[in-house]
Amino acid sequence: MNRIDRRFAALIAAGRTGLIPFVTAGDPAPAHVVTLMHALVDAGADLIELGVPFSDPMADGPVIQHASERAIAGGAGLADVLRWVGEFRRRDADTPVVLMGYLNPIEMYGYARFAEAAVSAGVDGVLIVDCPLEEAAALEPLRAAGLRRILLAAPTTAPARMEQLCKAAEGFLYYVSFAGITGAARLSTADIAARVAGVRAGAKAPVAVGFGVRDAASAKAIASFADAVVIGSALVERLAGATEAGEIATRAREFLAPIRAALDAP
Amino acid sequence: MSLPQDFHRWPDEHGRFGAYGGSYVAETLMAPLAELTEAYRRLRQDPQFLAELDRDLKHYVGRPSPVYHAERLSRQVGGARILLKREDLNHTGAHKINNTVGQALVARHMGKPRVIAETGAGQHGVATATVAARLGMKCVVYMGAVDIERQKINVYRMKLLGAEVVPVTSGSKTLKDALNEAMRDWVTHVADTFYIIGTVAGPHPYPQMVRDFNAIVGREARAQVLDQYGRLPDVITACVGGGSNAIGLFHAFLNDAGVRIVGAEAAGEGIATGHHAASLSAGRPGVLHGNRTYVLCDDNGQITETHSVSAGLDYPGVGPEHAFLKDAGRAEYVGVTDDEALEAFHLLARTEGILAALESSHAVAQAIKLAREYPKDALVLCNLSGRGDKDVHTIAAREGVQV
Repeated sequence: MNRIDRRFAALIAAGRTGLIPFVTAGDPAPAHVVTLMHALVDAGADLIELGVPFSDPMADGPVIQHASERAIAGGAGLADVLRWVGEFRRRDADTPVVLMGYLNPIEMYGYARFAEAAVSAGVDGVLIVDCPLEEAAALEPLRAAGLRRILLAAPTTAPARMEQLCKAAEGFLYYVSFAGITGAARLSTADIAARVAGVRAGAKAPVAVGFGVRDAASAKAIASFADAVVIGSALVERLAGATEAGEIATRAREFLAPIRAALDAP
Repeated sequence: MSLPQDFHRWPDEHGRFGAYGGSYVAETLMAPLAELTEAYRRLRQDPQFLAELDRDLKHYVGRPSPVYHAERLSRQVGGARILLKREDLNHTGAHKINNTVGQALVARHMGKPRVIAETGAGQHGVATATVAARLGMKCVVYMGAVDIERQKINVYRMKLLGAEVVPVTSGSKTLKDALNEAMRDWVTHVADTFYIIGTVAGPHPYPQMVRDFNAIVGREARAQVLDQYGRLPDVITACVGGGSNAIGLFHAFLNDAGVRIVGAEAAGEGIATGHHAASLSAGRPGVLHGNRTYVLCDDNGQITETHSVSAGLDYPGVGPEHAFLKDAGRAEYVGVTDDEALEAFHLLARTEGILAALESSHAVAQAIKLAREYPKDALVLCNLSGRGDKDVHTIAAREGVQV
């Protein structure tokens, strides 16, 4: 069984909401990615979304764009990301890791070669932002190797298409809480709740909600109607500028722990 | 000679040109793209819309543009006859207006009061600001901070036309980053905003729509050459950055087996130096800006920065239809260096009294090379896609002249 499926099964059995932090691999410091990942797990992460740096992150806001630029400037590429996941796995056999990014780096690595390397490093799924269902045939070698292909759904997604996405969903379905880029701060909780309820009813996989979640309060508000909450830009912003391993781990824990506590509070 | 297929049947219903094209965008954009695809599918066969477009192209843009036999240039080169399709004579001075007039009409039919655009050199930004002013639409143009510095006159022109110019400071701060930023704007304001993409790139239906609006260039030129010479040209050429003027010229000729098609890419300081923007000659298939095409990137998949003396060709991707035509062997794509383009610029200025845009000067340089290969009675048709007034400062600076 894939770690993502196992983790969500456990969360649902326990009646808990999953917490999914996103960090850009290589930021704030390429030398401490693995330390950061462990710190996130220590602070209560159920699954880690690891951003693969890309030069042209079309769907990301300024915070993640700049994190990506810093990571690339620091020399981080897809091969490094796989190496970091492999290193993380030596001490953590259970926390699922999803690589999030854009298609071109995988295309250049080669799909079959990537699938093999990712599975052997301990990656569990991929979320390719610029690869909608219509173009997802390219990702078949990844699925065949056992990686979950995480799909996005959005408020603009038409009903017929939403049905398709729900049917094709695996691992989890990532619901983008509003039409915009990552890190923007617009959120009408009641509106999202109604939409997500519909998606959850139809989806063949758990539903994680992201985009615009910034802190314990906004995470808690979403927890009441989602299987998991994704938090990215606010965390990346908090980590930016830290260079020492200790500082990075402390900031990650201090940021994530209150959110974990809020999610677990009755 | 016969052709292996009907080249006019592309793209297919998924927006693919063979292995290229498609819609590689975030889920949020799938709905607006579907809405646009549907609206455009309807409008492109709506006689009223087409009549409206024809009227604007005739009375506002100034079409048809002439095909001009550059006799002194041809004589000087000493080869075949060089014919110039004079897109530089259009309103705003380039082929770009063909597309913005068309897309602005689509925007109006879709009831979108706000248009956005990306621009590199500023030509597409100016062409968009122009049509927005005419239709009373709000217009926002995204432009890399580096390009804003390089193209101050065009920035001011856009402002005079009532557009807001937003500097883009991410990435390399050039055209590709402006395109990313415009996409982000569109994602965030899909309800009231129409994104006018300036070239045959981007997700479906843009490569098709922008091609269709520019295809009038080749349709006119084909009829004009037939009319003036009683036959088709032997070879046609155009410069290729994103590739909109080139596909505009090429499209009408794709099924004419006897017509050779050559695209001129920006080889910058020479392809071997790495300082160029020749995606088809030196790149590899990849995914950028919503479509699968040839891109310039490193082994990690990071898009690389490009170089060309001409800002309009300074782009690391290329329209997917060109990628398809290259692989199908229907068109050839070759590099023309900065120096060759400048030499052609001067030769055309002195022999014909025409200042060509630096972009178009690449096509002229290629036409000169081709003319030398062919006998004197052969016809080489070259798309003179824009005028060079905008480049006078760049050329002066490069040649150490104080203006």
